[in-house]
Amino acid sequence: MNAVFKREFRSYFSTPIGFIVIAAFYFFLGLYFSIIYQGGSPEISMVIMAMSTVAVFTMPVLTMRLMSEDRRQKVDQALLTAPVKLTGIVLGKFFAALAVFAIGFAPTIIFEIIIASYISVNVMSYIYALFGMLLLGSALIAIGMFISSLTESSVISAILTLVINILVLYMSNFAGMIKISWLATVVEKAAFISAAQNFGENVLSVPDILYFVSISAAFLFLCVRSLDKRRWA
Amino acid sequence: MIEVTGLSKRYGTHLAVKDVSFSIEKGEVIGFLGPNGAGKSTIMNILTGYLSLTQGKVEIDGYDITEYPEDAKRRIGYLPEIPPLYIDMKVREYLNFIYDLKKVKFPKKPHIDEILRLVKIDNVQNRLIKNLSKGYRQRVGFAQALIGNPDVLILDEPTVGLDPKQIIEIRNLISRLGKNHTIILSSHILSEIQAVCKRVIIINHGQIIADDTPENLSNKMSNDHSLVARVVCGEQDMLDALRSVKGVKSVTSLGKKEENSFDFLIEPENGADIRGAVSARIAERGKTLLSLTSNKMSLEQIFLRLTEAADNDEAKRMLGFEKTADEKSVRIELDGDGVTVKTDKEDKE
Repeated sequence: MNAVFKREFRSYFSTPIGFIVIAAFYFFLGLYFSIIYQGGSPEISMVIMAMSTVAVFTMPVLTMRLMSEDRRQKVDQALLTAPVKLTGIVLGKFFAALAVFAIGFAPTIIFEIIIASYISVNVMSYIYALFGMLLLGSALIAIGMFISSLTESSVISAILTLVINILVLYMSNFAGMIKISWLATVVEKAAFISAAQNFGENVLSVPDILYFVSISAAFLFLCVRSLDKRRWA
Repeated sequence: MIEVTGLSKRYGTHLAVKDVSFSIEKGEVIGFLGPNGAGKSTIMNILTGYLSLTQGKVEIDGYDITEYPEDAKRRIGYLPEIPPLYIDMKVREYLNFIYDLKKVKFPKKPHIDEILRLVKIDNVQNRLIKNLSKGYRQRVGFAQALIGNPDVLILDEPTVGLDPKQIIEIRNLISRLGKNHTIILSSHILSEIQAVCKRVIIINHGQIIADDTPENLSNKMSNDHSLVARVVCGEQDMLDALRSVKGVKSVTSLGKKEENSFDFLIEPENGADIRGAVSARIAERGKTLLSLTSNKMSLEQIFLRLTEAADNDEAKRMLGFEKTADEKSVRIELDGDGVTVKTDKEDKE
């Protein structure tokens, strides 16, 4: 797992992908921060939560090549014939993408310090928001990886991931259109944006943590199965 | 070292590999031969654990590839048809990655240095793989297979894309590695297999149609003791003269291959040795015999004959054996002065 993690993480920065994603994060973080700062009630957790929209659009770029490129370049033959478990390979790639995602939030530490220098801040609310965003990110990465494992084309993978990301994040907006009441409730509650909300409001909600963790685990498991299934094709 | 029993692989309704069995001893160098789509790569992919098998059993050094994949894979170095390379990495960086991936125990730097020297890529170790030529990429792929010094090397067309000088280098490397490794290699270049392999397995339509040394195959396939004579003479006269030699079944003229001379293909009756009688008859007629060679088939000819045979049963008839229900695979072995046909069953006893 370590070898795969190291390679994937480095590969993000030997190609422009890592830089582009992080640049997008820094740009929007800066933008949101300056807006909130000028608004007079600086609350970093709001900045962090606002990043979910940026995550939806950048995540496909992070995950599109993770699995599909190996297959296209036939490198999977080296990975799958090495004495390692499929789970190790998948987890290595997953954590590499998550690490890049996490680096994208690094400037928030500076923001927090700036604000803390003249008003008292609630550090826990900052940490909860960051934690919630990482959970949301890992769920999105797991979904993206699974989609990437289904195809050899990184373009198809990116587009499909984008569509699904928008859907899972904002499906609560469509809940009003659904006539069946229980289904509407499910759609509203299951939307990632609703599950992430609590973390932005200084609440550490266990059901939401479990929700994101199980979504991530489920899609990573599917990703392993999809690699394994190819051997049986 | 490698035990394959009753291996089959099905893709949907297509049976790509049918009931293949063979066993390879430690230190053997085996050549896989077969036309495109015969199932060579599929078999290699199954041996290395890249593909699953539909039926049968594969054991590497006693470890079942399905039950103990990690133990089995640790003993194999694999160079697939297309070398598995991350083209955005530098050569050394990539080999370091493979070293970590395979969890190799040897000291890292000296081990990789040695491999770089062995496949002669130490001069490009700091270049990006995407900027390398096909030949270099092939050798990086080779290096990748050698990392961890596995006992078994499985090489799918290792010399594809190399220039003649590199081909010879890689061939020498394979010969050298063959001294302390078990090697399976597939190739379309038959002379290559002839040069490095002691045993050849010919595969067609997913089945083994021959498994023997190149020499034995040649002996088996050629009509015993038929000769080609090159004589300075008139064509018709000599045909008549040779036909009347005792023990000669038929004589065919092969035409003019060299100025003033004719070539004749002479087939004896029942494998009789007619070399003496033929040369005596030519001398008797006062003609000059330029050469007299036995008409042995090259591996190339054997390969074409066997794989062009309408079906595999015909190929087996050519080799002089018929597969029976309980004989999984038949091996022809030359021991002492006789040829014996062995089955897998006897081998195990």
